[in-house]
Amino acid sequence: MFLTPLVAQQLTWLIPLPPLLSFALIVLFTNRSKLLSHTLAIGLMAVSWVISWVVFFNTLTITNFGGLAAVIQNAVPWLPFGSAAVGTQPLSMGVLVDPLTGLMLFFVPLACLLIFIYSVGYSNFGLPREAHDVPGTPPHGVEPLYSRFFAYLSLFAFGMLLLVVADNLLLLFVGWEIMGLCSYLLIGFWYARNYADPKQITPRQAAVKAFMTTRVGDMFMMLGIVYLYSQAGTLSFRDILYNRDVLAHLASAPSIIVGLTVSHVVGLLLFAGTVGKSAQFPLHVWLPDAMEGPTPVSAMIHAATMVSAGVYAMIRMFPLLSAGWVPGGALTPPMLAMAIIGSFTALFAATIAMTQSDIKKVLAYSTISQLGFMIASLGIGAYVAAAFHLVTHAFFKALLFLGSGSVIHGVEHGHHETEHSAAPAAEHGAEHAAAPFDPQNMFNMGGLAKRMPLTYWTFVIGGFALAGFPLVTAGFWSKDEILAESFAHAPAVFIVLGLAALMTAFYTMRQISLTFLGQPRSPAVEHATEHEPIFRPMLLALVVLSFFAVAAGWVGIPEHFPVIGGLVPNWIESYSVGGLLERPEALAFSYWPLLTSLVVALGGLLLGWWVYRGYQLGQADPLEAPLGPLYTLLRNKYYFDELYDFLFVRPVYWIAETFVSVWIDKGVIDGTLHLIGRAALRLGDIFRNDFDLPVVNGFGDLVGKSVNRFGRTFRVIQTGKVQQYLLVLMAIIVVLGAVLLLPGLR
Amino acid sequence: MVPLSWYLVLAAALFCVGLYGVLARKNAVAILMGIELMLNAVNINLVSFWHYLNPQVMAGQMFTIIVLTVAASEAAVGLALIISIYRRRNSVIAEDMDLMKW
Repeated sequence: MFLTPLVAQQLTWLIPLPPLLSFALIVLFTNRSKLLSHTLAIGLMAVSWVISWVVFFNTLTITNFGGLAAVIQNAVPWLPFGSAAVGTQPLSMGVLVDPLTGLMLFFVPLACLLIFIYSVGYSNFGLPREAHDVPGTPPHGVEPLYSRFFAYLSLFAFGMLLLVVADNLLLLFVGWEIMGLCSYLLIGFWYARNYADPKQITPRQAAVKAFMTTRVGDMFMMLGIVYLYSQAGTLSFRDILYNRDVLAHLASAPSIIVGLTVSHVVGLLLFAGTVGKSAQFPLHVWLPDAMEGPTPVSAMIHAATMVSAGVYAMIRMFPLLSAGWVPGGALTPPMLAMAIIGSFTALFAATIAMTQSDIKKVLAYSTISQLGFMIASLGIGAYVAAAFHLVTHAFFKALLFLGSGSVIHGVEHGHHETEHSAAPAAEHGAEHAAAPFDPQNMFNMGGLAKRMPLTYWTFVIGGFALAGFPLVTAGFWSKDEILAESFAHAPAVFIVLGLAALMTAFYTMRQISLTFLGQPRSPAVEHATEHEPIFRPMLLALVVLSFFAVAAGWVGIPEHFPVIGGLVPNWIESYSVGGLLERPEALAFSYWPLLTSLVVALGGLLLGWWVYRGYQLGQADPLEAPLGPLYTLLRNKYYFDELYDFLFVRPVYWIAETFVSVWIDKGVIDGTLHLIGRAALRLGDIFRNDFDLPVVNGFGDLVGKSVNRFGRTFRVIQTGKVQQYLLVLMAIIVVLGAVLLLPGLR
Repeated sequence: MVPLSWYLVLAAALFCVGLYGVLARKNAVAILMGIELMLNAVNINLVSFWHYLNPQVMAGQMFTIIVLTVAASEAAVGLALIISIYRRRNSVIAEDMDLMKW
């Protein structure tokens, strides 16, 4: 190790902080300067990346890394509410770098950094501000909310890095929730965007949908965390997961649910959180709609950060999930749930992806499907394969998303150009509204390979990695490992995943064929370009990512692989199991899964190319005829949105709008209040009309009027003549004198 | 020896003269003079009662002196008022002084 443990700990503390700092600085100070904002965001992200890699490469030099006392760990007391009486320890905040974190530190900051760089071009930095660009809609000139975008991205990166270096479940959950917030903010970044078709989901709604859907999972996850804390007394990963006694206790202690042990219940609850975050069936619905956000956001959510976080949490908690499981024995309930849901999701999402026409939607469903692969492989106990696929997937999926963003940008550019040449500038806006052109529809594309060669080649690399093109791509090695593991442990999972892999290759090639091959199918595509200056940062990110999409696989070549096995040590295996107490045995090599991998990858790619090779404009999707009604079903995503709309959304709306609002609030509560109000008004009227006005006011008026009348009557005696007064005085004295003095009058 | 009643008759006559002057004269100065007459009629009453009924104590005389003092003050104040009114309104007729009329 070339860092002392103390330095390594301190550096690890520093990893998540630079993006947070850039978020604060951009929001508070530099948001008026676009240049300064993105310099800050990228610069500080680069700092984070450098530190991460220093820490990561340092771990490579630690002997027996991951073993007892051979991790980078440091914690400070945080929330002191544990109590010794019930066996809970105070909560601490700390960082931990073990092999799994090391892997995350390898790809998360790098992918984030590349996405940041890409965003500079994607947000049209360098172009002038166009007059008719409205903040909150996709811009033609430079993004009006440019600085805000980078601030959100930075916060997002902070959340992910915090989650990665967290040494306990609570801090992990904090990062998890920060990402939830950021995904909401970023998916709804174009909040003012509306569509002509009222059924098409707007970014606003997509943001709410993503937030609400993941919240369902988060709720369960929080329950799981609380339950785990109450039972284990601590949330620190190492204390729970690297401690045979605790694991054995949790695996055997009966829980509140009969028939399940504590570790089962906790595992299932935590897995529910991952189902939401990593978009597994049945909470997958938010992820395709999250495509409404800007494309770098999609890459961020679906590659580097958010959905990876869900899988990461599962890999992290694997010792707990599998507590009580012996390799080859019966799966624990959480593992069983993961195997079933994961493999089902993998197949299910792959079928949907085959029929989508939106370039980003295909990738979205492929993300769901690939996450299903990881979850399923974790479910059958293939820890290393899941971690490996997480890493490679992050690279090639980020590459694919950024590539699709480049395509969309290029096509939009071409669309802009054709419009400008066809119509005078004044009519631009009106025409735009009248004929909406969808720059994401693959059926309008074609032939982009000539217009955007660099995008094409990087996209092909990413796509082949996703499809698992043999030997050269990263995706092949990681997917092959998953297939091999499932072949050995769970044949049913193997069959499902094999089918899913076949479909993966098919829809990938379908996408490449439709987008890049053949002839251009719309004037916008004919004018698409990647040679403008704004494309430079985008292409840079693509090239770097495509290197990793290939190279990341070389670290995981199985030792017994024919011919090239053993040339490069299977580093990922030896590295990532370091953090496990019970190290899995290396798998014996078998030709069947390898053959399957080869067949499904090549066969799928070939099939995809063959079916879509001659696609012409205006034709129906060639899949439509053979699949028949199934095609409609897939195209509509198994009607899950409609089903959820019917089952959850509308009842909730009904409860909110009719039951709570109309009946309870407006009917009962408002009714009661109105009744009280009316009664009070009536009482007030009675008091006013029958008491106050006649009695109180009447009396007061009477007094006043009487005095007035009295004064009016008697004022005539005020003659102003002093002698008359005296005369009156005289008369009174005489009368009084007579009364007083004359005895007869008394 | 002149009996008490004569004095009383004189005083009553003098009072009535004064009273008539006060009530009937138009000139405010004359009214003041009438008041003086009435005061002095009272003085005669006081002195004669003192002399005839209780000559041992000085109360009657003292009272008279006080009345004289009051009369002098009253005359001074009254005349000053009249002069002031005369300067403003150019009249000493009591009926013209009707500022307090309704």
